[in-house]
Amino acid sequence: MTQTRNITVNGEAKSVSVPDDMPLLWVLRDVLGMTGTKFGCGIAQCGACTVHLDGKAVRSCVLPISRVGSRPITTIEAVGNTSAGARVQQAWLALEVVQCGYCQSGQIMSASALLNQTASPDDADIDAAMAGNICRCGTYVRIRAAIKQAAAKRAA
Amino acid sequence: MPASKLISHSASRRDFMKSVAAGGFLLAFYVPARAINEPEQTPTDTKGKFAPNAFIRIDKTGTTTLVMPQVEMGQGVYTGVAMILAEELDADPAKILLEHAPPNEKLYTNPDFGIQATGGSTSLRAFWMPLRTAGATARAMLVQAAAQQWKVDPGSCTTSRSEVSHPASSRKIDYGALSDAAAKIMPPKNVPLKDPATFVLIGTPLKRYDTPDKVNGKVIYGIDAMLPGMKFATLAACPVFGGKVAHADEAAAKAVSGVQRVILLDNMVAVVGDHMWAAKQGLEALKVSWAEGEQAEVSSADLWQDIRTASHKEGVVAKSRGDVEKGLSTGQRFEADYELPFLAHATMEPLNCTVLCKEDSCELWLGTQIIARVQQTTAALTGLPIEKVTVHNHLIGGGFGRRLEPDMALNAVRVAQQMKGVPVKVVWTREEDIQQDIYRPMYRNVISASLDGGKVAAWKYKVCGASIMARWLPPAFQKGIDVDAIDSAVDMPYDIPDFEVQYLRVEARSVPTGFWRGVGPNNNVFAIESFMDELARKAGKDPIAFRRDMLGKQPRLIAALDLVAAKSDWGQPLPSRVGRGVCVQPSFASFIATVVEAEVDQQGEVLLRRITTAVDVGTLVNPDSVEAQLQGGLVFGLTAALYGEITIKKGRVEQSNFHDYRMLRIHQMPRIDVHLIKSGEAPGGVGETGTTAGPPALRNAIFAATGVALKRLPIDRSALAGSRS
Repeated sequence: MTQTRNITVNGEAKSVSVPDDMPLLWVLRDVLGMTGTKFGCGIAQCGACTVHLDGKAVRSCVLPISRVGSRPITTIEAVGNTSAGARVQQAWLALEVVQCGYCQSGQIMSASALLNQTASPDDADIDAAMAGNICRCGTYVRIRAAIKQAAAKRAA
Repeated sequence: MPASKLISHSASRRDFMKSVAAGGFLLAFYVPARAINEPEQTPTDTKGKFAPNAFIRIDKTGTTTLVMPQVEMGQGVYTGVAMILAEELDADPAKILLEHAPPNEKLYTNPDFGIQATGGSTSLRAFWMPLRTAGATARAMLVQAAAQQWKVDPGSCTTSRSEVSHPASSRKIDYGALSDAAAKIMPPKNVPLKDPATFVLIGTPLKRYDTPDKVNGKVIYGIDAMLPGMKFATLAACPVFGGKVAHADEAAAKAVSGVQRVILLDNMVAVVGDHMWAAKQGLEALKVSWAEGEQAEVSSADLWQDIRTASHKEGVVAKSRGDVEKGLSTGQRFEADYELPFLAHATMEPLNCTVLCKEDSCELWLGTQIIARVQQTTAALTGLPIEKVTVHNHLIGGGFGRRLEPDMALNAVRVAQQMKGVPVKVVWTREEDIQQDIYRPMYRNVISASLDGGKVAAWKYKVCGASIMARWLPPAFQKGIDVDAIDSAVDMPYDIPDFEVQYLRVEARSVPTGFWRGVGPNNNVFAIESFMDELARKAGKDPIAFRRDMLGKQPRLIAALDLVAAKSDWGQPLPSRVGRGVCVQPSFASFIATVVEAEVDQQGEVLLRRITTAVDVGTLVNPDSVEAQLQGGLVFGLTAALYGEITIKKGRVEQSNFHDYRMLRIHQMPRIDVHLIKSGEAPGGVGETGTTAGPPALRNAIFAATGVALKRLPIDRSALAGSRS
């Protein structure tokens, strides 16, 4: 059933009239025109669609809009306004993590959610937080190094 | 791409053309281009005039624009190409802009292909000399312009960071200020190039141009195109290759909220909605019955039987030296067959294309490796004149060979033709992307070899598989030989006196096959390097020592092999069920030796422990991009070795998404150490060589760890469970 909902995306109130079961991914991309969040698999297997809901990483491709409620949504377009997000973006560029870049919105959202929860993650923390994000270009080695660099920047 | 080896790289500059546009400086130049086996084309247009295919523009602000035909898909080509130009031009790299070339087959031809394409690790190799020459020529013209203005000897002027200086009089002038004057100077001939020892940019790890917008969500891939009034569509082709739509009941689909149209075409259906969710829900609700056709009962077992039966036949001899039959009858003879499966590309950006069809025009938005072919095939499909088809190219969310095909554009155009005047974004679901791919062919390689005195005395090798070139670039399939399928087999690096390579074309019935990262070599290097390991063991020799003794004509490979042996701790003791495996290859004009260290547990699961690679790719244009391409290429190849297999059942692809077409993930990745060897040679390809290196090195590590000589990919865990250490 379609109804009008008010959601908060990157600090802005948005009103959308969409079906209850419509995943947040398509609301962001096709209704709000925010294309930074990517479609990769549609079944929460690849992590390309990762956004923050109340600061935690969620797969927007399987999150029905009806379950969002009043919790704030943060996407790649605004994660740089957070301390962890900015540090992750800077480390990504400093270490030239990115190749094709398509998965990197999701990687950065997962990594910054990790730093929000665990300020100095070890390898096991990184594995646990990042194993849901596939990178077909194979940038994993640099992703790990960049997360550590971003974490160290806070300590410094 | 094999084509590169068959084409003489006559990099000599034929001619330059300059013109004065609306002020500023324009240098047009030509990159020699011809299709394989064709005579070199004279660079003339239809009126017999010189026809350039690349352009350097310098405006009055000093901004230098290179209009270039290659497309960025993550490999760092924009940055690498810009660095080469900036080096010889002595331009400030921050002032260089890159423009996608519009589709024009004649003007933007990749010299290795003879068509406008990005693939086969050819970009930097192909443009190395032409770009350097063009940069040096433009620099000479700017210097000449400054010298005339100052009334000094051009030889007394120097250049740096987009400025000409006259040190004797402490004068300086910016390239932008010289652009009008330089435009009036005739391009000089035979301008000397820099001594590589004096390079200031090439060889430095310059930051990539394309990455800042890739970390903040601003980058626009084809799938991100947004147009006013746009609708969204998704589609399903008949799951059996070659099948048609028999009947569809549209009622349930049309009842889905947000569905606008149901489109039925001969072999596929599409649903158009207000957003992708509506289209997707509508497609799921659509009840389609298919006329599956004659492939409806085909399974992978049938296709393997086809290729195995055919492989007993003689192929076409692609290369021979000595007397292979005589050689095989001396010494100890060994035989083996190696088989590789169909593979999907699974680019992270699923197939997509946005199209606006009108009565008299068609406009497309997508990311493609073959923009001109997209334009041509769209014109042919729609019946429109080619100039009425506009293609907007975008950065690519993963190519790996998939975007060397125009099918996503054509199928999207077929949908949009039913929606005239309305822009439609057509996005494949991941399931459709995997099940309607154009697959890396399945291959069977049949090898006989003899050992004599601890060396390979004779080698007979037959590649059996589908010909991609016969469909994709027919001039590269002649006299029964596909030049891609035999790449890295006909030119294998070992000194073997009696030698023969054959190619046998075996098509996979109606399963479509195409290029996949690593192309022909990813098959051949696996078979060659796997069998080399088995022969080393038969000869009682260490795998590296055995190879090294046969690489007498390959100093660059020996250097790589020695370096990787030292850096990987080759020969040092390892725990039980852990092994190291090596792979050596000169593919894509890069010389690489790789060692994978892996553990096989009692259940047969394979764990990567360490990856070490040493590579001489010639001149390192951007060392950081080279390292990144090696790291990524290894992951891509190892993913396929561990998991990659597309299987067919009842005419359909069985896999559908990342749960059953698996990828390596971060927690499975060990350290990867890339050791770059400095070299003054022309740059080799780096996009694919890691991909071809990974699988045989892993397979040989498993052989060392368990004694199990795997003969096919992906790795069969059941064969490894509980095997001896």
